[in-house]
Amino acid sequence: MMNEMKQIKHHLTEPLLMGYAAGTLPEAFNLVVATHISMCDTCRAALAEYDAIGGEVMLGGDPVEVAEDALAATLALIEKGDAEQALPPAPRAPGLFPAPLRDYVNGDINDVKWRKIGGGVSQMILKTSKDASVRLLHIPAGTAVPDHGHRGTELTLVLQGAFVDETDRFGAGDVEVANEELNHTPVAEAGMDCICLAATDAPLKFNSLMPRIAQKFVGI
Amino acid sequence: MDHTKKTRLGDPTQYGPRNTGMKVETNVSPKTDAPAGLLAYNGLSTKDVRKSGARKLDAEQMTKRMAWVVQVNAVRDHKDKAAFAEIFGYFAPRVKSFLMKSGASPDLAEECTQEVMATLWNKAHMFDPTKASVSTWIFTIARNRKIDLLRKQRRPEPEDLPWGPEAEPDQADAMGLQQETEKLGEALATLPPEQRKLIEKAYFGELSHSEIAAETGLPLGTIKSRIRLALERLRHSMK
Repeated sequence: MMNEMKQIKHHLTEPLLMGYAAGTLPEAFNLVVATHISMCDTCRAALAEYDAIGGEVMLGGDPVEVAEDALAATLALIEKGDAEQALPPAPRAPGLFPAPLRDYVNGDINDVKWRKIGGGVSQMILKTSKDASVRLLHIPAGTAVPDHGHRGTELTLVLQGAFVDETDRFGAGDVEVANEELNHTPVAEAGMDCICLAATDAPLKFNSLMPRIAQKFVGI
Repeated sequence: MDHTKKTRLGDPTQYGPRNTGMKVETNVSPKTDAPAGLLAYNGLSTKDVRKSGARKLDAEQMTKRMAWVVQVNAVRDHKDKAAFAEIFGYFAPRVKSFLMKSGASPDLAEECTQEVMATLWNKAHMFDPTKASVSTWIFTIARNRKIDLLRKQRRPEPEDLPWGPEAEPDQADAMGLQQETEKLGEALATLPPEQRKLIEKAYFGELSHSEIAAETGLPLGTIKSRIRLALERLRHSMK
């Protein structure tokens, strides 16, 4: 795991880290961010900075008077034990998936309910809020995901194996942030099958007719 | 509390700005984004404490910041209601302000603020002053409550670091981190107003970049580059 971490070279972008810290990203993006940070100490440290900025922004705001009995009410809340209790933080997962992803899959790689979407590629859509979608993708070694462009933002985090597209190679832990300008054909490297976590806030645009028809049925 | 005054405030060899400019092995494609560093967090980015000219911090502000740490610890160790009341008095109005600016009605913000402060009590043992200032920590609690309550979403959190928390947080590390955060707050306060407002909007207003663009009438690309500029300026003033 440590060796893998050292190889991460494609990190989260500034707007993504800031949005995650501010709590303004769609849940699907938050899942990719939290999963990447679980694998990447560089971005973990960067996130701490964006959290710190949030704290200072909060301090700098004009205070708003709280209810007269607010302190007493809060102490009563504590007495009653109704407030959020401290759960132990999620420990490092022994399997392939970091803890936040395991929560959404309800297990590890062997618990994924794959559905074939054509061209040898399989997916499992994970349930999140509707403003964006996130799925696990299984791309057999040496297989290409059909050439596609993007209407919105697409985040692709590699969990296992690697893929190569027109821009670079993406290995375990790397995250590719694609937007409208990128048209690409990711190809899974020979050797190990590639498992990715991919989130998008708009449907992908496939550039040939067949995948476009398939798109209707598979929900990409 | 005595020790906070006596600690070597501004001694750069001890607690100098640990601005590491974290090196990342990159960079193959120009769009690869490696986050740059503002603060060095304990055991995360680097251990090397660089020597460089520490700016003088407002000693009173620093004392206040260390006092919050002592107060949280008093809540943790002694369920100290007086210490809690101190934290409450300072932070609750600011948490409420943050929530209202994020779109909560005054009633909802009030209720939510009380829950945030109760969570602080319950989680006091999880606070680590080498990793966060009390302001940062309370912000993250308030933010998570906001996502839960206002956006009705789950909040996936990164898993814990494999080596777990250290037994006893190191006082020098805690001091260094608190100092860095104080500097960050000062740097933010001295940003040109338009830059500061953009950052505040991104955090406070629960505005996405595209919404800020719609509100200000500026193209999205301009907003993004202005936020980037503001962050660069923050980093610069941290050096």
